[in-house]
Amino acid sequence: MSVLSRDQVMQWLSEVPDPEIPVLTITDLGIVRDVAVNDGVTVALTPTYTGCPATEVIEKSVIDALHEHGVERVSIDRVLSPPWTTDWISAEGREKLREYGIAPPEKSAGKRALLHGEKTVQCPRCASADTQLVSEFGSTACKASYKCTACLEPFEYFKCI
Amino acid sequence: MSTDTALLAYVTRLGDNALVLSQRKIETVTLGPELEEELANANFALDYLGQARLLYSLAGEIEGDGRGEDDFAFLRSDHEYQNLLLLEQPNGHFGDTIARDFLFESFYLLQLEALEQCSHTGVAEIAARAVKEVRYHLRHVAQWLIRLGDGTAQSHARMQQSIDDLWRFTGELFAADEIDREFTANYAGPDLVALQDEWQKNVAAVLREATLTMPEDGWMASGGKQGQHSEHFGFLLAEMQHLQRSHPGATW
Repeated sequence: MSVLSRDQVMQWLSEVPDPEIPVLTITDLGIVRDVAVNDGVTVALTPTYTGCPATEVIEKSVIDALHEHGVERVSIDRVLSPPWTTDWISAEGREKLREYGIAPPEKSAGKRALLHGEKTVQCPRCASADTQLVSEFGSTACKASYKCTACLEPFEYFKCI
Repeated sequence: MSTDTALLAYVTRLGDNALVLSQRKIETVTLGPELEEELANANFALDYLGQARLLYSLAGEIEGDGRGEDDFAFLRSDHEYQNLLLLEQPNGHFGDTIARDFLFESFYLLQLEALEQCSHTGVAEIAARAVKEVRYHLRHVAQWLIRLGDGTAQSHARMQQSIDDLWRFTGELFAADEIDREFTANYAGPDLVALQDEWQKNVAAVLREATLTMPEDGWMASGGKQGQHSEHFGFLLAEMQHLQRSHPGATW
């Protein structure tokens, strides 16, 4: 095998979809923390939530993707620090979410959540700010359910934790 | 007690708290009073399960005997579990589960905020991730507490009863033993006395808003942190460990 560059590996990883929100790749989501090329490839991944059931699936997808590109020795390093927050989602990832119909998280995550909840959430379809929280919890741990009172469409919001 | 022994016990206790609360929450999956609450409860159970996995894996690394997360969860007996008694109490009715979560998470949030700053990297990293989840949980359960406490005469009375019933388990949250003291001394961990003041202030403020009365401190139950459990614990463990005990080494 010719010498593999880190950029090449990152490029391959940027084609691996997140299993729960397949419109995003794992690099859009910001969970690929590092790539080291040695006699194989080591990929450092961080979980979104501690109990995220997709963690093992994502690790397997990374290993499979690199195998397909001919990398035989792949190891995964789980890192926790700094912890993932929605701020790690890339600008491109935010735009993809909006197009997909999921309102992207407002910057920035943090202590605000304890006090007054989310600020205005914009409808990903009609861009109206006239929206209502339906449920703080949604189809996955990272989303809340909203509806737009302007276009009446329900939508999901990627919440800031 | 050596530094390593205390560290291992401290991390295992954190894992035990997370796993036991997760298991209690899992018992109520499908029983939520409405869909939003159903999702909340399952999400929270999953958060705690994830925290337990990280903590047990860390405990296994500290111990260095090759035990992993599953060994800690499924192959220890009741006396080896050192969770808080509050967390193993039966779920009871909806108000009881809200009271339990509120009293514990008001404490756990402060504990995690302190652990985030401690000097043991592994513990600090897990705390930094978990604190975000628990902050979200606490906001949710506090809203329920206020809604039910400041609700109808019936919901108010039942919520007050739940708080009164569980109050006797709150002393243990702050009862430092040798393991707590060693960990705090060696790794700049939480000062439970300072935490208690903060906890009382926060809990009092939410109870006031919920029009509930803060109980007087009376006799306090303890022993969970030393492996002496209430009669309910064996049943919880038997159900949780049934598969691994009946079919040792079974995998999916």
